[in-house]
Amino acid sequence: MCLGIPGQIVEITDADRLMAMADISGVRREVNVSCIAEGPLQDLVGSYALIHVGFAMARIDEDEAAKTLEALRGLGEAQETLEAMEDGARALEGTS
Amino acid sequence: MRYIEEFRDPKAAKALLAAIETVVGEIGATADKPVHIMEICGGHTHAIFRYGLDRLTPPGIEFIHGPGCPVCVLPMSRVDECVKLAERPEVIFTTFGDAMRVPGSRKSLMQAKAEGADIRMVYSPLDALELARRNPDREIVFFGLGFETTTPSTALSIQQAAREGLANFSVFCNHITVPPPIKALLDDPHMVLDGFVGPGHVSMVIGTTPYDFIARDYGKPIAVAGFEPLDLLQSVLMVLEQIRDGRAEVENQYSRVVPREGNAVSLAAIEDVYEKRPSFEWRGLGEIDESGLRIRAKYKAFDAEEKFGIGYGAEKRVVEEVEGCACGEVMTGRIKPTGCPQYGKGCTPEMPLGALMVSSEGACAAYWQYGGLRGFDQSDVPVEAAE
Ligand code: SF4
Repeated sequence: MCLGIPGQIVEITDADRLMAMADISGVRREVNVSCIAEGPLQDLVGSYALIHVGFAMARIDEDEAAKTLEALRGLGEAQETLEAMEDGARALEGTS
Repeated sequence: MRYIEEFRDPKAAKALLAAIETVVGEIGATADKPVHIMEICGGHTHAIFRYGLDRLTPPGIEFIHGPGCPVCVLPMSRVDECVKLAERPEVIFTTFGDAMRVPGSRKSLMQAKAEGADIRMVYSPLDALELARRNPDREIVFFGLGFETTTPSTALSIQQAAREGLANFSVFCNHITVPPPIKALLDDPHMVLDGFVGPGHVSMVIGTTPYDFIARDYGKPIAVAGFEPLDLLQSVLMVLEQIRDGRAEVENQYSRVVPREGNAVSLAAIEDVYEKRPSFEWRGLGEIDESGLRIRAKYKAFDAEEKFGIGYGAEKRVVEEVEGCACGEVMTGRIKPTGCPQYGKGCTPEMPLGALMVSSEGACAAYWQYGGLRGFDQSDVPVEAAE
């Protein structure tokens, strides 16, 4: 919960709400991009960001994304975050 | 040198360790008269144990594990209030999974869920917002928990709920801030702290200026650090060099992610939605002035404390901790986890008695995970003042 996880913004899904689809370690998850939205939203597509509980908090470059993901994997935090995302999906269905 | 080959760049790690050894020698720090460096963030505590940094670095460095695990410092009375909220029939209580096993005085959220309360683990407050949209006949309460890394996300979610007029969404706000407990620890005459490794992702939000008081008013060095073991070693070296040179500055080892001024959008959202509480209770540390946030009156429709008449301080706050549990002493670095009479006996990650055993960022759980039942060698030595 305290450590962000790197993700790549792949598509803007709802420009009004500043929502985008991110690829987080191979898992797709909708995230809010208001904290990194400086220029045109479309410019974010393809870029990497540190994502904290569903909010992209800082843009990072690809190399930093790879290093951070490796560090998080080493700590077991990447797996924990991916599980939390699954929990979130289940919560919406009312099955968790 | 058991773990060094696991580092991304073992050669760089060895070079940093050699430099650290040299500076520790120049300072003249030894196992009997060590320098005390506090890593504030629980993520750093976890990384230190995972990579054995406390054992790879010379015995002249003593790591003190700071209060930077939000789950660990959550007061028991607040857990009790969560359980009460969750047990209301109209409520769907949403929370980060980390909080599920924190012991309350009656039960944890996990136990309440097993007994039938509608509690759902979510990844994001956005999930709670979506639940509110899908379940207009239910009250969705989100358990707002964490430091400045998660505070903006709850603030932005409340702003979104306000824009949509989602009347069935509210936040039980328990957000806390990093600088006040550091000040409280620095003011504690029993604490011996020579320098700090500052939190990386918190600083991404707040920047580095909130730490200026550490250098300016207390004359202590701090280096904000990333999460890679190399980042940690580098920042420890920066702190040691400051100590050797008699400097006290706020340095930023993690400048590739942390801007000095923080993240403007996050800070604006925090400012819009929250105000400081006069004081807030930290498990093991007691009440700390201006260390917690509450939701401003203009958003009171989304404040679970208002909506359900809970408030803060309405009930007797300090619920006694369990007999024989030494969480407070571990939290302030007075003893190591293995010095607690409950460690590995009454208290394990499966059945935590104290909150430090709940999350992998808690010092006791980190000890347990990487040191096991016996803990570490030398670990029973208390960290009392050398002078
Ligand atoms: S071992 Fe358990 S009871 Fe003892 S200090 Fe750690 S968390 Fe608290």
